[in-house]
Amino acid sequence: MSIKVQIPSALRRHTEGVASVDCSASNLDQLFSTLNEKFPALGPHLRDDAGQVRRFLNVYVNEEDIRFLGGNSYSFQDGDEVLLVPSIAGGSE
Amino acid sequence: MSTAYELRCRECGKTWGNQPKSICEDCFSPLEVTYDYDAARATFTREAISAAPANMWRYRALLPLPDSYQPSLPVGFTPLFSAPRLANEIGATNLFIKNDAVCLPTLSFKDRVVAVALANAREFGFDTVSCSSTGNLANSVAAQAARNGFKSWIFIPADLEAAKILNTQVYGAKLVRISGSYDQVNRLCSQIADEHNWGFVNVNLRPYYAEGSKTVGFEIAEQLGWRLPDNLVCPMAGGSLITKIRKAFDELIKLGLVEDKSVKFFGAQATGCSPISTAVKAGQKEIEPQRPSTIARSLAIGNPADGHYAIKAITNSGGWSEDVSDPEIVDAIQLVAETEGIFTETAGGVTVGTARKLYAQGRISPNETTVLCITGNGLKTTDALAGQYEAEAPIPPKFAAFEQFLQESLEIPAAVEV
Repeated sequence: MSIKVQIPSALRRHTEGVASVDCSASNLDQLFSTLNEKFPALGPHLRDDAGQVRRFLNVYVNEEDIRFLGGNSYSFQDGDEVLLVPSIAGGSE
Repeated sequence: MSTAYELRCRECGKTWGNQPKSICEDCFSPLEVTYDYDAARATFTREAISAAPANMWRYRALLPLPDSYQPSLPVGFTPLFSAPRLANEIGATNLFIKNDAVCLPTLSFKDRVVAVALANAREFGFDTVSCSSTGNLANSVAAQAARNGFKSWIFIPADLEAAKILNTQVYGAKLVRISGSYDQVNRLCSQIADEHNWGFVNVNLRPYYAEGSKTVGFEIAEQLGWRLPDNLVCPMAGGSLITKIRKAFDELIKLGLVEDKSVKFFGAQATGCSPISTAVKAGQKEIEPQRPSTIARSLAIGNPADGHYAIKAITNSGGWSEDVSDPEIVDAIQLVAETEGIFTETAGGVTVGTARKLYAQGRISPNETTVLCITGNGLKTTDALAGQYEAEAPIPPKFAAFEQFLQESLEIPAAVEV
Protein backbone atom coordinates (compact mmCIF):
# COMPACT_ATOMS: atom_id res chain seq x y z
CA MET A 1 0.00 0.00 0.00
CA SER A 2 1.25 3.45 -0.83
CA ILE A 3 0.07 6.94 -0.04
CA LYS A 4 1.42 10.28 -1.23
CA VAL A 5 2.05 13.19 1.15
CA GLN A 6 2.32 16.78 -0.08
CA ILE A 7 4.56 19.09 1.97
CA PRO A 8 3.64 22.81 1.93
CA SER A 9 6.40 25.28 1.08
CA ALA A 10 6.45 26.68 4.62
CA LEU A 11 7.70 23.27 5.84
CA ARG A 12 10.07 22.42 2.99
CA ARG A 13 12.90 24.12 4.81
CA HIS A 14 12.80 21.08 7.10
CA THR A 15 12.63 18.51 4.25
CA GLU A 16 15.63 19.76 2.24
CA GLY A 17 13.16 21.12 -0.30
CA VAL A 18 11.31 17.85 -0.81
CA ALA A 19 7.70 18.67 -1.78
CA SER A 20 6.16 15.23 -1.88
CA VAL A 21 6.81 11.90 -0.16
CA ASP A 22 5.51 8.40 -0.90
CA CYS A 23 5.14 6.07 2.05
CA SER A 24 3.19 3.10 3.34
CA ALA A 25 1.90 4.43 6.67
CA SER A 26 -1.51 3.05 7.57
CA ASN A 27 -2.68 5.87 9.85
CA LEU A 28 -1.82 9.43 10.85
CA ASP A 29 0.32 8.41 13.79
CA GLN A 30 2.45 6.13 11.60
CA LEU A 31 2.63 8.78 8.91
CA PHE A 32 4.03 11.37 11.32
CA SER A 33 6.51 8.83 12.70
CA THR A 34 7.67 8.00 9.18
CA LEU A 35 8.09 11.68 8.31
CA ASN A 36 9.94 12.21 11.59
CA GLU A 37 12.41 9.42 10.77
CA LYS A 38 12.96 10.73 7.25
CA PHE A 39 13.19 14.40 8.25
CA PRO A 40 14.05 14.75 11.95
CA ALA A 41 13.77 18.57 11.72
CA LEU A 42 10.17 18.28 10.57
CA GLY A 43 8.81 16.14 13.41
CA PRO A 44 8.41 18.84 16.06
CA HIS A 45 6.29 20.90 13.63
CA LEU A 46 3.78 18.13 13.17
CA ARG A 47 3.06 17.11 16.75
CA ASP A 48 3.33 18.94 20.05
CA ASP A 49 5.07 17.61 23.17
CA ALA A 50 1.95 15.67 24.11
CA GLY A 51 1.88 13.93 20.72
CA GLN A 52 -1.17 15.85 19.46
CA VAL A 53 -1.37 17.24 15.92
CA ARG A 54 -0.26 20.87 16.13
CA ARG A 55 -3.05 23.43 16.44
CA PHE A 56 -2.21 25.26 13.22
CA LEU A 57 -1.66 22.20 11.06
CA ASN A 58 -4.58 20.85 9.02
CA VAL A 59 -4.42 17.39 7.50
CA TYR A 60 -6.52 16.56 4.45
CA VAL A 61 -7.03 13.19 2.79
CA ASN A 62 -8.16 13.49 -0.83
CA GLU A 63 -9.45 17.03 -0.13
CA GLU A 64 -11.34 16.02 3.02
CA ASP A 65 -10.36 17.24 6.49
CA ILE A 66 -9.10 14.12 8.29
CA ARG A 67 -11.11 15.13 11.37
CA PHE A 68 -14.28 14.39 9.37
CA LEU A 69 -12.91 10.92 8.57
CA GLY A 70 -12.17 9.95 12.15
CA GLY A 71 -8.85 11.72 12.65
CA ASN A 72 -6.23 9.43 14.21
CA SER A 73 -8.46 6.39 13.78
CA TYR A 74 -8.74 6.78 10.00
CA SER A 75 -6.98 3.98 8.08
CA PHE A 76 -5.30 5.20 4.93
CA GLN A 77 -6.40 3.53 1.69
CA ASP A 78 -4.04 2.65 -1.14
CA GLY A 79 -3.53 5.74 -3.32
CA ASP A 80 -4.69 8.26 -0.71
CA GLU A 81 -3.26 11.71 -1.23
CA VAL A 82 -2.48 13.48 2.04
CA LEU A 83 -2.11 17.24 2.20
CA LEU A 84 -0.51 19.08 5.09
CA VAL A 85 -1.88 22.62 5.06
CA PRO A 86 -1.04 25.35 7.52
CA SER A 87 -3.97 27.14 9.09
CA ILE A 88 -3.79 30.81 8.10
CA ALA A 89 -4.79 32.66 11.25
CA GLY A 90 -4.53 36.42 11.32
CA GLY A 91 -6.23 37.47 14.50
CA SER A 92 -4.78 38.48 17.78
CA GLU A 93 -4.78 37.12 21.30
CA MET B 1 2.98 58.90 9.45
CA SER B 2 3.15 55.21 10.24
CA THR B 3 5.00 53.69 13.16
CA ALA B 4 7.78 51.13 12.65
CA TYR B 5 6.26 47.65 12.43
CA GLU B 6 7.20 44.10 11.56
CA LEU B 7 5.94 40.54 11.63
CA ARG B 8 6.34 38.51 14.80
CA CYS B 9 5.36 34.93 15.58
CA ARG B 10 2.55 34.83 18.10
CA GLU B 11 3.80 31.63 19.69
CA CYS B 12 7.62 31.63 19.60
CA GLY B 13 8.15 35.42 19.27
CA LYS B 14 10.62 35.25 16.37
CA THR B 15 10.50 38.36 14.16
CA TRP B 16 10.41 38.17 10.36
CA GLY B 17 10.70 41.77 9.16
CA ASN B 18 8.13 42.71 6.53
CA GLN B 19 7.34 40.25 3.76
CA PRO B 20 4.32 38.46 2.28
CA LYS B 21 4.28 35.67 4.83
CA SER B 22 1.71 34.49 7.36
CA ILE B 23 3.35 31.50 9.01
CA CYS B 24 6.44 31.23 11.19
CA GLU B 25 8.76 28.80 9.45
CA ASP B 26 10.37 27.94 12.77
CA CYS B 27 7.30 26.83 14.66
CA PHE B 28 4.52 26.90 12.04
CA SER B 29 2.38 29.32 14.08
CA PRO B 30 0.63 32.49 12.85
CA LEU B 31 2.52 35.75 12.37
CA GLU B 32 1.12 39.05 13.62
CA VAL B 33 2.15 42.67 13.04
CA THR B 34 3.82 44.29 16.04
CA TYR B 35 4.61 48.00 16.44
CA ASP B 36 7.08 50.27 18.14
CA TYR B 37 4.57 51.48 20.73
CA ASP B 38 7.03 53.88 22.36
CA ALA B 39 7.31 55.75 19.08
CA ALA B 40 3.53 55.60 18.57
CA ARG B 41 2.98 57.53 21.81
CA ALA B 42 3.99 60.73 20.03
CA THR B 43 1.91 60.22 16.87
CA PHE B 44 -1.13 58.18 17.91
CA THR B 45 -2.86 60.85 19.98
CA ARG B 46 -6.48 62.02 20.27
CA GLU B 47 -5.47 65.40 18.86
CA ALA B 48 -3.64 64.06 15.81
CA ILE B 49 -6.44 61.60 15.06
CA SER B 50 -9.25 64.14 15.44
CA ALA B 51 -7.47 66.57 13.11
CA ALA B 52 -7.33 64.04 10.26
CA PRO B 53 -10.14 63.41 7.72
CA ALA B 54 -13.04 61.19 8.80
CA ASN B 55 -11.90 57.86 7.40
CA MET B 56 -9.92 54.88 8.72
CA TRP B 57 -6.57 56.35 7.61
CA ARG B 58 -6.73 58.72 10.61
CA TYR B 59 -5.45 55.71 12.62
CA ARG B 60 -2.56 55.00 10.27
CA ALA B 61 0.03 55.41 13.01
CA LEU B 62 -1.09 51.97 14.22
CA LEU B 63 -1.68 50.36 10.85
CA PRO B 64 1.04 48.52 8.90
CA LEU B 65 1.44 51.01 6.06
CA PRO B 66 4.56 52.12 4.21
CA ASP B 67 5.35 55.79 4.97
CA SER B 68 4.97 56.66 1.31
CA TYR B 69 1.51 55.12 1.05
CA GLN B 70 -1.18 57.48 -0.31
CA PRO B 71 -4.69 56.12 0.30
CA SER B 72 -6.86 56.04 -2.82
CA LEU B 73 -10.25 55.79 -1.08
CA PRO B 74 -11.88 57.23 2.08
CA VAL B 75 -12.62 53.82 3.63
CA GLY B 76 -14.31 53.42 7.01
CA PHE B 77 -15.43 55.85 9.69
CA THR B 78 -18.94 54.46 9.42
CA PRO B 79 -21.74 55.73 11.70
CA LEU B 80 -22.09 54.68 15.33
CA PHE B 81 -25.44 55.61 16.79
CA SER B 82 -27.80 54.92 19.63
CA ALA B 83 -30.53 52.37 18.79
CA PRO B 84 -33.38 53.06 21.24
CA ARG B 85 -36.19 51.37 19.30
CA LEU B 86 -34.27 48.17 18.77
CA ALA B 87 -33.17 48.38 22.41
CA ASN B 88 -36.78 48.58 23.51
CA GLU B 89 -37.61 45.41 21.55
CA ILE B 90 -34.77 43.28 22.91
CA GLY B 91 -34.73 44.38 26.53
CA ALA B 92 -31.84 46.87 26.40
CA THR B 93 -31.68 50.50 27.47
CA ASN B 94 -28.22 51.58 26.33
CA LEU B 95 -27.63 50.08 22.92
CA PHE B 96 -25.48 51.28 20.02
CA ILE B 97 -25.04 50.07 16.46
CA LYS B 98 -21.77 50.34 14.56
CA ASN B 99 -22.99 50.32 10.98
CA ASP B 100 -20.49 48.92 8.48
CA ALA B 101 -23.38 48.13 6.13
CA VAL B 102 -22.46 51.53 4.69
CA CYS B 103 -18.68 51.14 4.61
CA LEU B 104 -17.08 52.38 1.38
CA PRO B 105 -16.49 51.26 -1.30
CA THR B 106 -18.40 47.93 -1.21
CA LEU B 107 -20.70 48.07 1.82
CA SER B 108 -19.02 45.72 4.28
CA PHE B 109 -16.28 45.86 6.92
CA LYS B 110 -14.05 43.90 4.55
CA ASP B 111 -13.25 47.19 2.81
CA ARG B 112 -11.06 48.01 5.81
CA VAL B 113 -8.92 44.88 5.69
CA VAL B 114 -8.59 44.92 1.92
CA ALA B 115 -7.45 48.55 1.93
CA VAL B 116 -4.55 47.66 4.25
CA ALA B 117 -3.75 44.44 2.38
CA LEU B 118 -3.54 46.17 -1.01
CA ALA B 119 -1.29 48.91 0.38
CA ASN B 120 1.13 46.12 1.26
CA ALA B 121 0.56 44.20 -1.99
CA ARG B 122 1.83 47.33 -3.78
CA GLU B 123 4.82 47.62 -1.45
CA PHE B 124 5.77 43.98 -2.05
CA GLY B 125 5.55 44.44 -5.82
CA PHE B 126 2.60 42.18 -6.65
CA ASP B 127 0.68 42.99 -9.83
CA THR B 128 -2.09 40.46 -9.08
CA VAL B 129 -4.14 40.20 -5.90
CA SER B 130 -6.39 37.34 -4.88
CA CYS B 131 -8.53 35.89 -2.12
CA SER B 132 -10.78 33.06 -1.04
CA SER B 133 -14.09 34.52 0.02
CA THR B 134 -17.62 33.95 1.23
CA GLY B 135 -18.66 37.03 -0.79
CA ASN B 136 -18.00 40.35 0.91
CA LEU B 137 -14.25 39.96 0.66
CA ALA B 138 -14.60 39.03 -3.01
CA ASN B 139 -16.54 42.25 -3.69
CA SER B 140 -14.01 44.38 -1.86
CA VAL B 141 -10.87 42.86 -3.40
CA ALA B 142 -12.39 43.14 -6.89
CA ALA B 143 -13.40 46.78 -6.42
CA GLN B 144 -10.23 47.99 -4.72
CA ALA B 145 -8.04 46.04 -7.17
CA ALA B 146 -9.77 47.95 -10.00
CA ARG B 147 -9.35 51.26 -8.18
CA ASN B 148 -5.65 50.62 -7.59
CA GLY B 149 -4.74 49.03 -10.92
CA PHE B 150 -4.19 45.43 -9.83
CA LYS B 151 -5.34 42.33 -11.66
CA SER B 152 -7.52 40.16 -9.42
CA TRP B 153 -8.35 36.47 -9.11
CA ILE B 154 -11.22 35.66 -6.76
CA PHE B 155 -12.10 32.19 -5.46
CA ILE B 156 -15.57 31.53 -4.04
CA PRO B 157 -17.85 28.61 -3.19
CA ALA B 158 -20.11 28.07 -6.21
CA ASP B 159 -23.37 28.46 -4.26
CA LEU B 160 -22.88 32.09 -3.14
CA GLU B 161 -25.71 34.61 -3.33
CA ALA B 162 -26.22 35.92 -6.90
CA ALA B 163 -25.72 39.54 -5.81
CA LYS B 164 -22.31 38.76 -4.32
CA ILE B 165 -21.23 37.04 -7.53
CA LEU B 166 -22.38 39.94 -9.73
CA ASN B 167 -20.80 42.43 -7.32
CA THR B 168 -17.46 40.75 -7.96
CA GLN B 169 -17.71 40.29 -11.72
CA VAL B 170 -18.74 43.88 -12.43
CA TYR B 171 -15.26 45.12 -11.45
CA GLY B 172 -13.59 42.96 -14.06
CA ALA B 173 -12.19 40.40 -11.64
CA LYS B 174 -11.44 36.84 -12.73
CA LEU B 175 -13.95 34.85 -10.70
CA VAL B 176 -13.34 31.17 -10.01
CA ARG B 177 -16.34 29.30 -8.61
CA ILE B 178 -15.38 26.17 -6.72
CA SER B 179 -17.84 23.34 -6.26
CA GLY B 180 -17.22 22.98 -2.54
CA SER B 181 -17.47 24.71 0.81
CA TYR B 182 -15.54 27.84 1.80
CA ASP B 183 -13.19 25.66 3.83
CA GLN B 184 -12.35 23.72 0.69
CA VAL B 185 -11.88 26.93 -1.29
CA ASN B 186 -9.59 28.23 1.43
CA ARG B 187 -7.51 25.05 1.47
CA LEU B 188 -7.18 25.22 -2.31
CA CYS B 189 -6.02 28.84 -2.08
CA SER B 190 -3.28 27.86 0.37
CA GLN B 191 -2.01 25.47 -2.30
CA ILE B 192 -2.33 28.04 -5.10
CA ALA B 193 -0.55 30.67 -3.02
CA ASP B 194 2.33 28.21 -2.65
CA GLU B 195 2.81 28.07 -6.41
CA HIS B 196 1.75 31.48 -7.80
CA ASN B 197 3.38 34.79 -6.98
CA TRP B 198 0.15 36.57 -6.15
CA GLY B 199 -0.82 38.72 -3.22
CA PHE B 200 -3.50 36.63 -1.52
CA VAL B 201 -5.01 39.10 0.91
CA ASN B 202 -6.12 36.39 3.35
CA VAL B 203 -3.21 34.00 2.87
CA ASN B 204 0.28 35.46 2.42
CA LEU B 205 -0.84 39.05 3.19
CA ARG B 206 -3.05 37.98 6.08
CA PRO B 207 -1.09 39.51 8.99
CA TYR B 208 -1.33 42.95 7.32
CA TYR B 209 -4.90 42.47 6.14
CA ALA B 210 -6.15 41.49 9.59
CA GLU B 211 -4.79 44.69 11.15
CA GLY B 212 -7.36 46.66 9.14
CA SER B 213 -10.10 45.24 11.38
CA LYS B 214 -8.68 47.21 14.31
CA THR B 215 -10.13 50.38 12.82
CA VAL B 216 -13.64 49.17 13.79
CA GLY B 217 -12.49 49.22 17.40
CA PHE B 218 -10.66 52.56 17.16
CA GLU B 219 -13.75 54.17 15.64
CA ILE B 220 -16.13 52.77 18.25
CA ALA B 221 -13.98 54.21 21.05
CA GLU B 222 -13.58 57.60 19.38
CA GLN B 223 -17.27 57.84 18.46
CA LEU B 224 -18.28 57.02 22.05
CA GLY B 225 -16.23 60.07 23.09
CA TRP B 226 -12.92 58.29 23.68
CA ARG B 227 -14.29 55.66 25.99
CA LEU B 228 -14.81 51.92 25.68
CA PRO B 229 -18.19 50.19 25.79
CA ASP B 230 -19.07 47.66 28.50
CA ASN B 231 -19.97 45.00 25.95
CA LEU B 232 -19.43 44.31 22.29
CA VAL B 233 -21.40 41.83 20.17
CA CYS B 234 -19.60 40.76 17.02
CA PRO B 235 -20.35 38.21 14.28
CA MET B 236 -17.76 35.47 13.82
CA ALA B 237 -16.74 33.62 10.68
CA GLY B 238 -12.97 32.99 10.74
CA GLY B 239 -12.87 34.61 14.19
CA SER B 240 -10.37 37.35 13.36
CA LEU B 241 -12.52 40.51 13.70
CA ILE B 242 -13.42 40.03 17.36
CA THR B 243 -9.77 39.49 18.30
CA LYS B 244 -8.68 42.58 16.36
CA ILE B 245 -11.29 44.84 17.98
CA ARG B 246 -9.92 43.61 21.26
CA LYS B 247 -6.38 44.42 20.12
CA ALA B 248 -7.55 47.93 19.15
CA PHE B 249 -9.06 48.51 22.59
CA ASP B 250 -5.89 47.21 24.25
CA GLU B 251 -3.73 49.54 22.15
CA LEU B 252 -5.93 52.54 23.04
CA ILE B 253 -5.53 51.72 26.72
CA LYS B 254 -1.80 51.11 26.38
CA LEU B 255 -1.26 54.49 24.71
CA GLY B 256 -3.55 56.34 27.13
CA LEU B 257 -6.27 57.42 24.67
CA VAL B 258 -8.99 55.80 26.77
CA GLU B 259 -9.30 54.83 30.43
CA ASP B 260 -8.37 51.29 31.31
CA LYS B 261 -11.55 49.28 31.43
CA SER B 262 -12.52 45.67 30.82
CA VAL B 263 -14.85 45.09 27.91
CA LYS B 264 -16.84 41.89 27.58
CA PHE B 265 -16.71 40.37 24.11
CA PHE B 266 -19.70 38.40 22.84
CA GLY B 267 -19.37 36.32 19.67
CA ALA B 268 -22.34 35.66 17.38
CA GLN B 269 -22.72 32.70 15.03
CA ALA B 270 -25.41 30.93 13.02
CA THR B 271 -26.44 27.64 14.62
CA GLY B 272 -25.86 25.96 11.24
CA CYS B 273 -22.18 26.94 11.44
CA SER B 274 -21.20 27.44 15.05
CA PRO B 275 -17.79 25.90 15.76
CA ILE B 276 -16.71 28.83 17.95
CA SER B 277 -19.91 29.31 19.95
CA THR B 278 -20.17 25.55 20.45
CA ALA B 279 -16.66 25.47 21.91
CA VAL B 280 -17.29 28.48 24.18
CA LYS B 281 -20.52 27.01 25.50
CA ALA B 282 -18.85 23.66 26.15
CA GLY B 283 -15.88 25.27 27.89
CA GLN B 284 -13.42 23.98 25.29
CA LYS B 285 -10.28 25.79 24.17
CA GLU B 286 -10.19 24.39 20.64
CA ILE B 287 -12.82 24.18 17.94
CA GLU B 288 -14.16 21.04 16.31
CA PRO B 289 -14.67 21.70 12.58
CA GLN B 290 -18.24 21.63 11.26
CA ARG B 291 -19.86 21.28 7.85
CA PRO B 292 -21.80 24.55 7.48
CA SER B 293 -25.49 24.64 6.64
CA THR B 294 -26.95 28.12 7.10
CA ILE B 295 -28.36 31.04 5.13
CA ALA B 296 -25.63 33.18 6.74
CA ARG B 297 -23.17 32.24 4.01
CA SER B 298 -20.80 35.07 4.80
CA LEU B 299 -20.22 33.41 8.19
CA ALA B 300 -20.14 29.82 6.88
CA ILE B 301 -16.61 28.87 7.86
CA GLY B 302 -16.61 25.45 9.50
CA ASN B 303 -12.90 25.43 10.34
CA PRO B 304 -12.19 29.00 11.52
CA ALA B 305 -8.46 29.70 11.45
CA ASP B 306 -8.69 32.15 14.33
CA GLY B 307 -11.16 30.05 16.30
CA HIS B 308 -8.65 29.33 19.03
CA TYR B 309 -7.86 33.02 19.53
CA ALA B 310 -11.53 34.06 19.34
CA ILE B 311 -12.42 31.57 22.09
CA LYS B 312 -9.60 32.99 24.21
CA ALA B 313 -10.64 36.62 23.60
CA ILE B 314 -14.24 35.86 24.57
CA THR B 315 -13.62 33.75 27.65
CA ASN B 316 -10.77 35.89 29.02
CA SER B 317 -13.02 38.96 28.78
CA GLY B 318 -15.84 37.36 30.76
CA GLY B 319 -18.04 37.36 27.66
CA TRP B 320 -19.96 34.57 25.99
CA SER B 321 -20.96 33.24 22.61
CA GLU B 322 -24.36 32.28 21.26
CA ASP B 323 -25.86 31.21 17.96
CA VAL B 324 -29.21 31.62 16.22
CA SER B 325 -31.24 29.55 13.75
CA ASP B 326 -32.00 30.59 10.17
CA PRO B 327 -35.60 31.73 11.04
CA GLU B 328 -34.19 33.76 13.94
CA ILE B 329 -31.70 35.37 11.53
CA VAL B 330 -34.47 36.43 9.12
CA ASP B 331 -36.58 37.71 12.01
CA ALA B 332 -33.65 39.77 13.33
CA ILE B 333 -32.92 41.27 9.88
CA GLN B 334 -36.55 42.45 9.79
CA LEU B 335 -36.43 43.69 13.38
CA VAL B 336 -33.40 45.97 12.92
CA ALA B 337 -34.83 47.23 9.63
CA GLU B 338 -38.23 48.03 11.15
CA THR B 339 -36.86 49.61 14.34
CA GLU B 340 -33.73 51.44 13.19
CA GLY B 341 -33.97 51.67 9.41
CA ILE B 342 -30.92 49.49 8.81
CA PHE B 343 -31.01 46.80 6.14
CA THR B 344 -28.28 44.37 7.03
CA GLU B 345 -27.25 41.08 5.48
CA THR B 346 -27.62 37.70 7.14
CA ALA B 347 -24.50 38.22 9.28
CA GLY B 348 -26.17 41.31 10.78
CA GLY B 349 -29.23 39.19 11.49
CA VAL B 350 -26.94 36.79 13.33
CA THR B 351 -25.55 39.63 15.44
CA VAL B 352 -28.92 41.17 16.30
CA GLY B 353 -30.56 37.79 16.93
CA THR B 354 -27.69 36.73 19.17
CA ALA B 355 -27.84 40.02 21.08
CA ARG B 356 -31.53 39.50 21.74
CA LYS B 357 -30.73 36.04 23.11
CA LEU B 358 -27.95 37.37 25.33
CA TYR B 359 -30.25 40.00 26.87
CA ALA B 360 -32.96 37.36 27.40
CA GLN B 361 -30.41 35.11 29.12
CA GLY B 362 -29.30 37.95 31.38
CA ARG B 363 -25.72 37.73 30.11
CA ILE B 364 -25.83 41.41 29.15
CA SER B 365 -27.31 43.89 31.66
CA PRO B 366 -29.84 46.26 30.02
CA ASN B 367 -28.23 49.53 31.17
CA GLU B 368 -24.62 48.69 30.22
CA THR B 369 -23.21 50.38 27.12
CA THR B 370 -23.38 47.72 24.44
CA VAL B 371 -22.29 47.98 20.80
CA LEU B 372 -23.57 45.66 18.07
CA CYS B 373 -21.29 45.31 15.05
CA ILE B 374 -23.26 45.29 11.81
CA THR B 375 -20.72 44.23 9.20
CA GLY B 376 -22.58 43.93 5.88
CA ASN B 377 -25.44 45.22 3.74
CA GLY B 378 -28.81 43.56 3.18
CA LEU B 379 -28.92 44.44 -0.52
CA LYS B 380 -26.37 41.66 -1.07
CA THR B 381 -28.46 38.89 0.51
CA THR B 382 -32.00 39.63 -0.55
CA ASP B 383 -32.41 35.88 -1.26
CA ALA B 384 -32.67 35.40 2.51
CA LEU B 385 -35.96 37.31 2.51
CA ALA B 386 -37.52 35.42 -0.42
CA GLY B 387 -41.21 34.82 0.30
CA GLN B 388 -41.35 37.26 3.23
CA TYR B 389 -43.01 40.08 1.31
CA GLU B 390 -45.75 39.85 -1.31
CA ALA B 391 -46.00 42.51 -3.96
CA GLU B 392 -49.42 44.16 -3.71
CA ALA B 393 -51.65 44.02 -6.79
CA PRO B 394 -51.38 47.31 -8.73
CA ILE B 395 -54.23 49.81 -8.60
CA PRO B 396 -55.31 52.31 -11.28
CA PRO B 397 -53.87 55.85 -11.04
CA LYS B 398 -57.12 57.22 -9.63
CA PHE B 399 -57.77 58.89 -6.28
CA ALA B 400 -60.93 56.87 -5.75
CA ALA B 401 -59.04 53.64 -6.36
CA PHE B 402 -56.49 54.60 -3.72
CA GLU B 403 -59.21 55.52 -1.23
CA GLN B 404 -60.76 52.11 -1.74
CA PHE B 405 -57.35 50.45 -1.40
CA LEU B 406 -56.74 52.36 1.82
CA GLN B 407 -60.11 51.37 3.20
CA GLU B 408 -59.47 47.72 2.42
CA SER B 409 -55.97 47.88 3.87
CA LEU B 410 -57.27 49.33 7.10
CA GLU B 411 -60.32 47.08 7.32
CA ILE B 412 -58.69 43.72 6.75
CA PRO B 413 -56.82 43.60 10.06
CA ALA B 414 -59.96 44.76 11.89
CA ALA B 415 -61.99 42.02 10.23
CA VAL B 416 -59.43 39.41 11.28
CA GLU B 417 -59.68 40.50 14.90
CA VAL B 418 -63.45 39.98 14.96
